[in-house]
Amino acid sequence: MTNNADTWTVAGRTFTSRLIVGTGKYKDFAENAAALEASGAEIVTVAVRRVNVSDPSQPVLQDHIDPKKVTYLPNTAGCFTADEAIRTLRLAREAGGWNLVKLEVLGEAKTLYPDMRETLMATEVLAKEGFHPMVYCVDDPIAAKQLEDAGAVAIMPLGAPIGSGLGIQNRVTIRLIVEGATVPVLVDAGVGTASDAAVAMELGCDGVLMNTAIAEAKDPVRMAKAMKLAVQAGREAYLSGRMAKRRYADPSSPLAGLI
Amino acid sequence: MGETVAVTINGETRRVEKGASIAAMVGAIGLDATKVAVERNREIVPRSTLGDVAVAEGDAFEIVHFVGGG
Repeated sequence: MTNNADTWTVAGRTFTSRLIVGTGKYKDFAENAAALEASGAEIVTVAVRRVNVSDPSQPVLQDHIDPKKVTYLPNTAGCFTADEAIRTLRLAREAGGWNLVKLEVLGEAKTLYPDMRETLMATEVLAKEGFHPMVYCVDDPIAAKQLEDAGAVAIMPLGAPIGSGLGIQNRVTIRLIVEGATVPVLVDAGVGTASDAAVAMELGCDGVLMNTAIAEAKDPVRMAKAMKLAVQAGREAYLSGRMAKRRYADPSSPLAGLI
Repeated sequence: MGETVAVTINGETRRVEKGASIAAMVGAIGLDATKVAVERNREIVPRSTLGDVAVAEGDAFEIVHFVGGG
């Protein structure tokens, strides 16, 4: 298998890059665009917010990141109820014409943990309205199955709280979700550095979504490149089929012929 | 500007020309209608009809666009 053939598909759209990056927290649009370029990502998450009616001449995201070249994945960040999230995505669909969206319904500001009851309700409504929701969720294999049954086109469990950079806290549940899902699974949130992204991919995830790990690095463009390489390395390692673990040493040099 | 009506746009009260379409109102604010979505009294206004729907006294509009986010 060549790298070029190793693609993944969500809701009928096929992508080569397995890294999805956010567009928040950057110093400016230029740095954001440079980091995106270095990451090789083909999908970016974007938020939906009120325009500044008092100063409509402010620069806008689309002038720096072209939605014709990169797939915009509108999110519902900041929504704490299914109703708010659905309303936001209806507006997003009108603004951009995209059915592929990222649903997140938050439970509380302190942890930004998802409210799974509201998330499930919103998933059902959105799927009925023709949306293709990629859904941020807890790392719970049962919740993941319920979301898939409700119409989620991708399952996106958190590795750790949003913006925490703590890395993947529960590899077992992430792996259980991967094994149980028939739609793509992407770790969304919690990645802090390249090894975290590699771990997600080694667990068999289809991709990784991150924002803060790149945007808050001292050199975001360089970290974007590191994440690209980590995702590729983790994917290659997963496809390679890692060696079995042993409790004790096993010498790599032959024992025969010792002087 | 002749006769005007009072509307709310993103929470701010504004006066717009009576009989103006939503597209005209968006343009008068200085926004590119191809980069925003408009909700009128909690209902989405399809972009294709922005030029047809007239603004009415007391209308509440939300005008949104995409910004950076994770």
